[in-house]
Order: sequence, then structure tokens, then C-alpha cells
Amino acid sequence: MLIRGDLRLKTTIIVNGEARALDVDPRTTLLDALRERLGLTGTKKGCDHGQCGACTVLVNGVRINSCLSLAVMHEGDAVTTIEGVGSVDKLSAIQQAFLTEDAFQCGYCTPGQICSALGMLQEVADNWPSQETADLTGRIRLSDDELRERMSGNLCRCSAYPQIVAAIKSVAGELA
Amino acid sequence: MRPFTYERALDAASAVRVAAETPGAKFIAGGTNLLDLMKLEIEQPARLIDIGKLPMAAIEDTPEGGLRIGSMATNSHVAADARVRSRYAVLTQAIVAGGSGQLRNKATTGGNLLQRTRCAYFYDTTKPCNKRQPGSGCGALEGLNRNSAIFGASHACIATHPSDMAVALAALDARVETLSPSGKVRAFPIIELHRLPGETPDVETHLIPGELITAVVLPPPPPGGQIYRKVRDRASYSAGLASVAVAGRNVALGAVAHKPWRAVEAEGALESGGSPAEAIAAELKGASDNGRNGFKINLVSRLVPVAIEAARQQGNGA
Repeated sequence: MLIRGDLRLKTTIIVNGEARALDVDPRTTLLDALRERLGLTGTKKGCDHGQCGACTVLVNGVRINSCLSLAVMHEGDAVTTIEGVGSVDKLSAIQQAFLTEDAFQCGYCTPGQICSALGMLQEVADNWPSQETADLTGRIRLSDDELRERMSGNLCRCSAYPQIVAAIKSVAGELA
Repeated sequence: MRPFTYERALDAASAVRVAAETPGAKFIAGGTNLLDLMKLEIEQPARLIDIGKLPMAAIEDTPEGGLRIGSMATNSHVAADARVRSRYAVLTQAIVAGGSGQLRNKATTGGNLLQRTRCAYFYDTTKPCNKRQPGSGCGALEGLNRNSAIFGASHACIATHPSDMAVALAALDARVETLSPSGKVRAFPIIELHRLPGETPDVETHLIPGELITAVVLPPPPPGGQIYRKVRDRASYSAGLASVAVAGRNVALGAVAHKPWRAVEAEGALESGGSPAEAIAAELKGASDNGRNGFKINLVSRLVPVAIEAARQQGNGA
């Protein structure tokens, strides 16, 4: 009836399109599994408490904090990390936009910002409301206020916020 | 994080049975609050029962004209549901006022109701807290209690319940559906889910060990306007200092008590013809100031009449 594990537990997660088998202590967060077990260090650990958004990844297309989830809770899930968004040789449109708009200084929060922005733009395309949405029954338009509110779960201590807004806006038309 | 046995439930019946067998067992669904507390070793469950993949996420129409929201429905899905937005706008407004996009995508309806307080003394394991460690005392009572309760507190605890969603559900007269380890299904008003702290602030709900929230059921929306207003230290992604949900004649307050606070005194005053300002003044006769949280009394006295007036205008089609 139940799948059970004490010290180790086998889990298979589809990471960036590839099935990856894990054998982990059940305490391992999705974030630590990605970084320490699978070598995908693009996803960053900031606060490790869901407050900064540096660890944001897409799970089945939806953005979450990977630090607040256990790897074993994601059996069969499809996870997209920044490594799956684009590569140095083949930047995605949003990665190029962050370069073009100079949307970072140190870059530590950037993978989380980009994964979060991709999830956020899909939420807007799906017409999900935010607290900036005055008309809950209408079609949502991604104003600057809407964009800032929807990205409030991602902090940037270099404070590149105006450029981050510009970068996301520049690709919003084609992605959302 | 302390070691635990992880189990993934394949059906609700076995989940509640296993939970009841082990003292200290916890259900985990979204995990956004529980895992945070486990990392801090404030929560130390011996057994984690993962209910996240149980098929309890549907949002369905009820024969009575209401909605039944499965407990595994994420906060994002509930807030975005077209029926919730058009008929229970106060619920959408309350949900999107809480957390961040990432958290709302993971957090579930049942988990939101059972999240723990954000009281700083609960989080600081070097300080006394009767909720975290019964009998150790309450650091907030005479300490940094700016965000503590003004209603229903005890000498053992003045923590608040942090949910925004629960405040809207209280104003909407929602009912909670549960499954017990014996297989019994019961439903009761949401206002009877959480307890006041009394002598045992570590016991936060009236659920029995192993009992699982399976759904929240909304009756048809009450006639009149609906609105949720929240005041906090920053404009987004912050717990409330005070909030109010108005749904027709119903008024509930958030971040002011150990549970979502149904303002029955205010509702009574409105019913007998009192103005919104008089109504909230009647409610606030029962409020207490513990030193640093007294400003909340003023805050609530200003916040609530504005929300009541706005809901009335909506109700009048203005």
C-alpha cells in the first residue's frame, strides 16, 4: 500500500528531459539532489528557507522553491533547471534578454530569476490572477506592477530589479 | 533535519491508518511550511506520510450550489479557478495576498489551514515557547510582541495564525471535511477547526490523531459584496499585521488571533443597525494590548470599516 524508506530511497526524476535515478536519504531536498547528486549546480542555494527564490525550478512546468521540497516527493516528475533552459552555445531568448538588459551584477540569483520568470509568464498566459489584478474575471495584461508583484518571490541583493523587469518584459510578448 | 521514515500514501484510507499508528507522524503535501520547520528542528516528525499525489485536488460544484475544494488543490489553482474568481472573489484575493508565486504553486488547501504561527519565539529555539516546548513559557507575552494576538490569547501563548486563505474561508462559512483513522467522514464549520491557545497552545486544532482534511466545502456565496484587505510591513510576500475578509454580512479578521477570527460582535452590531465604525468598536472591546501589539487595535478600527463600506458598494452594484 505504501512506498517506504528509512535510510535510503530510490527515486527517478525526469531532469531536463532525461530520466535520472537517485538513491538518497529521504531528507535530501530537491535542491540538494540537483546540485550535489546530479551535478546541476546552476540552481542556487540562497536562504534554503523559501524566502529568496534562488533555488526556483520548474516542476511539470510550474515554478517552485526546490529547497522546500524533498527529492523523494518528485518520483516521475519532470524538472527543468537553468541547464535545461539553454546553454552557453545556445542561449534561450530570456537568457539573452538578461544579458542585453544587464539584468544582474553578481548573477547568483539569475538562474532562479529566469526559471521563475518562465513559470510566471506561463501563469499569465493561463490568466492566473495576482494581488495586482483588479478585475478578476477579465484578461490579465502584464503591467509593470503585475510583473513586479509576480516576481516578489525572487530577491536580488545587487538590486538589479529595473533591469530584470526590462529583460522579462522584452520577451513577455513572445513567451506569454 | 532529524531522520524520519518517509512513506508515500497510495490511498487516503491507508494514510490515516498509518498516521494514527505512530505518535509524531505527520502528513506532508506541499511541505512549504513543514520542511522549513523541520530544517530548523522545530518540527521533528518520526514518520512523514506523503499525501501529495493522492487524487484529492479536484474543485467541484456541489448540488447545493457551492463548491467542494479538494484538500490537495494548490493555492494557485484555487485562486485561479473561474468559479472561485467570479463567485468567491474574497477567497482569490486572500490567497494571492499570501506567500509568493512559488509557494502558492506548492502549498495545498489542507496544508495552508494547518500551517504554524510565524511568532518569532516559536522560530527561535533558544527562547521559551509553550507552543514549541510545552511548559517552557511564552517569550512573546512580555517580549517583542508587535505581531501578536489581540483577541483570544492566554497567559500561555499570544501567537497568531498566519493564513490569509483561512480568513476568507471563515467569512464564507466554509466547512471542513475530514477522514478519520476509523474510516469515519465528518464535516464541521471551519471556525471550529482551530483552537484558542488556552493552557495547551501546542494543540492547535480539534482534529484527532491521524485525521486528514480531505476537502473544504463552500456554501453558495452570501448575497452582497466580498472583499479582502491586508495590512503588512511590505507590499508583497509578507505576513499580515491585520487583515479582514468581508462576505455579505459576514466579517472575519486575520493575524489578530490564534485562529481566523470571526467578528461576531461586529456582525451583531451591524445587524442591529450600527455603523461599520460602531460595529468594529464593539468587536474591539474584547481586544487586549500586550505592550507592542496595541497599534493593531487602531489598525483594525480603521481597516475594517473601509472594507465593509467597499463590500457594500460592490453589493449595491456601484
